[in-house]
Amino acid sequence: MAELDTQGADYEAEHVHSVYEEIASHFSSTRYKPWPIVERFLKEQSDGAIGADVGCGNGKYLAVNKNVFIVGSDRSTNLIKIAKQHEPHSTIVADNLSLPHPPGTFNFAISIAVIHHLSTPARRIEAVKAVLDIVRRPSSPGTKDGGKALIYVWALEQKNSRRGWDEGHEQDVMVPWVLKQKKEKKPKRRQGEMEGKGVVEGSEEKQDGDRTFLRYYHLYKKGELEQDIGEAGGVVLESGYEKDNWWAIATPN
Amino acid sequence: MKLLTLNFLTCAIKTCKTNPASFPLHPRNAELEIQEADINLPFLKNILPRLMWEEIRTIARELGLPDLPSTPPTPTDLSISTSSTAPSNPDTSLDTDEPSEAPAGEETPSQTALDLHRLLLETCIQEGILVCGSCGHEYAVKEGVANFLLPGHLV
Repeated sequence: MAELDTQGADYEAEHVHSVYEEIASHFSSTRYKPWPIVERFLKEQSDGAIGADVGCGNGKYLAVNKNVFIVGSDRSTNLIKIAKQHEPHSTIVADNLSLPHPPGTFNFAISIAVIHHLSTPARRIEAVKAVLDIVRRPSSPGTKDGGKALIYVWALEQKNSRRGWDEGHEQDVMVPWVLKQKKEKKPKRRQGEMEGKGVVEGSEEKQDGDRTFLRYYHLYKKGELEQDIGEAGGVVLESGYEKDNWWAIATPN
Repeated sequence: MKLLTLNFLTCAIKTCKTNPASFPLHPRNAELEIQEADINLPFLKNILPRLMWEEIRTIARELGLPDLPSTPPTPTDLSISTSSTAPSNPDTSLDTDEPSEAPAGEETPSQTALDLHRLLLETCIQEGILVCGSCGHEYAVKEGVANFLLPGHLV
């Protein structure tokens, strides 16, 4: 673990939550294509199943299966405003570490690109535990017949990606998000909303008006997600690597 | 926020979750709005066994909506058999010649199904608060979205 001066809730409020709040509409316009394994997982659920999408962002996974009922939650009010259009599902503003669901409620849950935004090992394990807590308990310990949770996190090992990180690199990183401010076009596009709001901390103003926001990520190395799931009291049913991400399907023990 | 959502919500404060009084949350000063949605009969039937009926009755009463029956409807209460309605609707006579048509899709929702759909999926809380029956914490609902973020001292 890197020696960051500030970690925990306040750190995430500044380096994750406020950034998503600012970049919500631009971020959302780039997030529409479901990842195949997530899509498969959602389509496998039986009709009428009840699910949770913890950290649902713009709600792109709420569009996949209309025969289940999903309660989507996200920390960002601006992303939830975009997510709420998806019928027949429902969306709320909530924190991964303080989810407002009765324990053992859901048939399934997904956590896609969320846990890697928590800034300490203990908070990441707690976040995994929070997701496992809301799915149905097994009929008896070890039977693995409880609800299933699909968890996706960004991988450290992605040497062929644009970012180029790989094994042995620093795992705690700040990743830029650039809001383009096109000169030719009048700022009537969504990015135009950013004007006059001032620059948030951790961002920088460039000459041409582009603005860069930095988001905190913990890049998972091979085996680390499975380890976090184990420490959170879960059992890994299936796991793998897909396009720069580690994923696992887990169930409460 | 659809009323169905309340079937899956409780207080966000950890110590409340083990207290049965925290479920369901109680709507107060609620502004309701009907947002029409297509009825999905198979969905409604499948969701039926997952409803906490007594709690839904409580919520309906608290919102001043018509009383719900004391026992939940059964899946068969939700549809009218196609054979009895087909002759009255000439448009469907062509369809019935096609055995490949999904039979579930041809079912006609009963009044009970329409009422349940209206209550759970079309009746939305647009503004108001949701109150925890255990600790009394109030969660605001604005523009149809409930906000469960807690102030720092309650996390």
